[in-house]
Amino acid sequence: MDILSLLLVFPVITALGILVAKKDKVVRWTALSGSIVQLFLAIGITAYYVSLRNAGETGQMLLESSYEWFAPLQIYFSAAVDGISLVMILMTAMVVVAGILVSWKIGKQVKEFFFLILLLSLSAYGFFISTNLFVMFFFLELAVIPKYLLIGVWGSGRKDYSAMKLALMLMFGSALVFIGILGLFYFTGAQTWDFQEIAKMHIPIETQRILYILLFTGFGVFTAMFPFHTWAPDGHSSAPTAASMFLAGISMKLGGYGCLRVATYLLPDAAQELSWIFIITASIAIIYGAFATMMQKDLKYMNAYSSVSHCGFVILGIAMLTKAAVTGAVMQMVSHGIMTALFFASIGMIYDRAHTRQADELGGMLKQMPFIGSAFIISGLCSLGLPGFSGFVSEMTVFVGSWERTGVFYRVATILACASIVVTAVYILRAVGFAIWGTVTNKEYLKFKDATWSERSAAVLLTLGILIIGLAPFLFIHLIDADTTSIVSRFIAVVGK
Amino acid sequence: MDIVLMFRFEIILAALILAIFIMSLRGFDTNVKCFLNTMNVLLLLNFIAGWLPLSEGSYFSDFFRTNGLIVLQKNIINLGLLLISLTSYAWLEQSKYRLEFYLLMLSSIFGVYVMLSSGHILMLYLGLEMSTIPIAAMSNFNLKEQRSSEAGIKLILSSAFSTGIMLFGISLLYGAVGNLSFASVIANLHPNALTLFAFAFILAGFAFKMSIVPFHLWTADVYEGSPIAVTNFLSVISKGSVIFVFLTVLYSLFGGLKEAWLLGISIVSILSMTVGNLFALRQQNAKRFLAFSSIAQVGFVLVGITAASTIGSASVVYFVLIYLLSNIAAFGVISAVADSTGSESLQSFKGLYKSNPFYALIMAVALFSLAGVPPIAGFFGKLFLLTAGMKSGLYVLLGFAGVNLVLSLYNYLRVVKYMFIDDNEAHLAPLNRNRQLTTALYICLIGLIAIGFVTPIYQYIDSLCRF
Repeated sequence: MDILSLLLVFPVITALGILVAKKDKVVRWTALSGSIVQLFLAIGITAYYVSLRNAGETGQMLLESSYEWFAPLQIYFSAAVDGISLVMILMTAMVVVAGILVSWKIGKQVKEFFFLILLLSLSAYGFFISTNLFVMFFFLELAVIPKYLLIGVWGSGRKDYSAMKLALMLMFGSALVFIGILGLFYFTGAQTWDFQEIAKMHIPIETQRILYILLFTGFGVFTAMFPFHTWAPDGHSSAPTAASMFLAGISMKLGGYGCLRVATYLLPDAAQELSWIFIITASIAIIYGAFATMMQKDLKYMNAYSSVSHCGFVILGIAMLTKAAVTGAVMQMVSHGIMTALFFASIGMIYDRAHTRQADELGGMLKQMPFIGSAFIISGLCSLGLPGFSGFVSEMTVFVGSWERTGVFYRVATILACASIVVTAVYILRAVGFAIWGTVTNKEYLKFKDATWSERSAAVLLTLGILIIGLAPFLFIHLIDADTTSIVSRFIAVVGK
Repeated sequence: MDIVLMFRFEIILAALILAIFIMSLRGFDTNVKCFLNTMNVLLLLNFIAGWLPLSEGSYFSDFFRTNGLIVLQKNIINLGLLLISLTSYAWLEQSKYRLEFYLLMLSSIFGVYVMLSSGHILMLYLGLEMSTIPIAAMSNFNLKEQRSSEAGIKLILSSAFSTGIMLFGISLLYGAVGNLSFASVIANLHPNALTLFAFAFILAGFAFKMSIVPFHLWTADVYEGSPIAVTNFLSVISKGSVIFVFLTVLYSLFGGLKEAWLLGISIVSILSMTVGNLFALRQQNAKRFLAFSSIAQVGFVLVGITAASTIGSASVVYFVLIYLLSNIAAFGVISAVADSTGSESLQSFKGLYKSNPFYALIMAVALFSLAGVPPIAGFFGKLFLLTAGMKSGLYVLLGFAGVNLVLSLYNYLRVVKYMFIDDNEAHLAPLNRNRQLTTALYICLIGLIAIGFVTPIYQYIDSLCRF
């Protein structure tokens, strides 16, 4: 048993434990302890990876392992990690623990809820560690139905509509991805699904063009890339709190990771030629998302649209193809994952008490519930890019990287993206002002109690994540430095210009 | 001795049919439970006997042949037969004509065996007819219901029509080649107008049996009118066996016309997937819903068939195995719900998870398998078909398949939504469960979860399909 497979074994054991557990209390504690073990495992693997690197391991991906699955079709369950996948795994583990803590009081069908949550986390871990494109696709698809059921059964508002829309759009994205990876399988001359093998192939540019568009768009649907973003606001706002955290925090990152690892890394020539398309869609998403957020009254819709805007930075960074921009994109994925999880968590805590998410109906939350109010403010400030928090570091890196691309087109895109920060400040400060500051408008609100122990620990954990990236970004950059270099070295021509 | 082993399937089946005759003469079927359980045990033995070792070979100047792949196909059919017999236990218990039911079903299976083992087009034709005609009588089994008789008449008429078309094609082929044994057809087939016409007519004949668009019009009505057990048989055994034979017909018999049939198969595949899924969108009757869904599934099978190589036939056989388990599980649950509520409407599935979690979970697994959602086996089955289809580089076909994945997901999620999300005003009481149905559903469930992860299964199929 190798160490990476443990990342999948623990969620499976936890999920089975949940299935056999009889009492709700046992279910909760099983889920929590399983996910905490998983978090420590992720930290341990990272430490081990760093020690291997320090010892002079130079392989592109370490801790490789491979098991036969469908050998006649070249499908092997092969896993390996590099810095980029490790930071994603760490982020996932954090969000899972926080998500389980936040859903502590869920009352309906507890067993099924936690089972689906664990299935969702399993799919993320599997996606980030697998190096076989088919297996990667397997895990990408594995997440779709749990998302559908979580929104459909435990959601609120227009949940049927949102759940179906989400499932269908994600399935559409997966169909594009699958046709794309089939193309990689057959037409690169390799007849292999292993992306490290495919990376060594020289793929004709005509094939690259088709596959790049298919794969980038397909994964882009998962990242809520414009114009395929429409599932995100509806899905996020109808989902129960933990599912929103997972959707925005983890699932959208599967798409970003795929855009980088599969579409851009494997098809470098097409990426240089065609990435302008996605720079345009990303710029539109950033601006459109920010303005759409300003029009929202519902806090969850607000955060969902701002996620569209923030994930635009991820796409922008990846499409800019410079080292700083790609580094920024990876940081933004992790930073946004944690930050948006905290945001959704605090919105969920407010909603559980006030039963409304309309910003103008709330007010004075900070006075009544100082802890929850502070968590909301922290995530808001991180979202608008205040120095000291992770949002600032990652967005700044994306801007610096984008600015390295000369030429009017790239400059305009960069400036537009920077300008969106101002809009972000407007809606964040307005939401904080309406909902959190001010006087208590409703007598009912005076009865509210502050966060419980589980909510507190979730918020503290996520805040810690935000602060670590924000205050010590070098730790993070050190971890992914070699990998972004090796990805970007495939576009030397661009950086040289 | 060798010949006995070679004809093992046929001999055992003939013995079973004979046994039923004797039982009827003796009045053995008066004890209902005893009779049905005996039948199930006999079918189980029949299934197990299929796995005894067997040599390859051919008899009667190549009229009858057998090899590893054919044996596997017969075993898959036997598994389906056993499961259908188990799932229809409750219905047969009520029915007056269970003896006849088994008699007809086994005769039809005999035809299937003949068809699968045929090495000569006449034999193939004979088997095909032998397998179809008993089903027409079976679909008429709800004697008091007009719809059921209508289904029987529709099936027999459309099947006679398709047979006529196919016979015309066969006669054209005979004119072109001068001999109807597979070996000489393969050797003497050259692409020209005559053979292309012959192929087109034979394809149309098969298209009727597999309910490929545009020859699908009988499907929904017949599925709806027949008793659930018969619908199950039609959608699984009858369709699955014709798909198996179609593989041989396309790959070896018409292998020389590959350029021509690739286009034709792609077009009917796109049509079947799209029409099947679009018509399933608004169906409220569970059986009609599965009828259109099965039309769409055959469309997916055709995507895989276009590969015309090992991966093509391996992925098709693998998919049919999974499709068989998924459909039997779905029909099993439908029959349980229909028995209790008296309605075959999808509406009666509302809130099923709250009242009957077991049935709802089985149904969900079956539907996810049909939709191709991991980690259920259907995901692998469907994606291997697409992988095979990509081999010929047919981007357009794959694009349509992708769109249809989305459409079909909508269809199946609609039923999942009824079961898991919606509430039922009239609270559904816990449904009856009998041991036979439960056993069959468990077998399907375990199969659907295990087939994707027990890798030797696919490797075994793949090793048999190498040619």
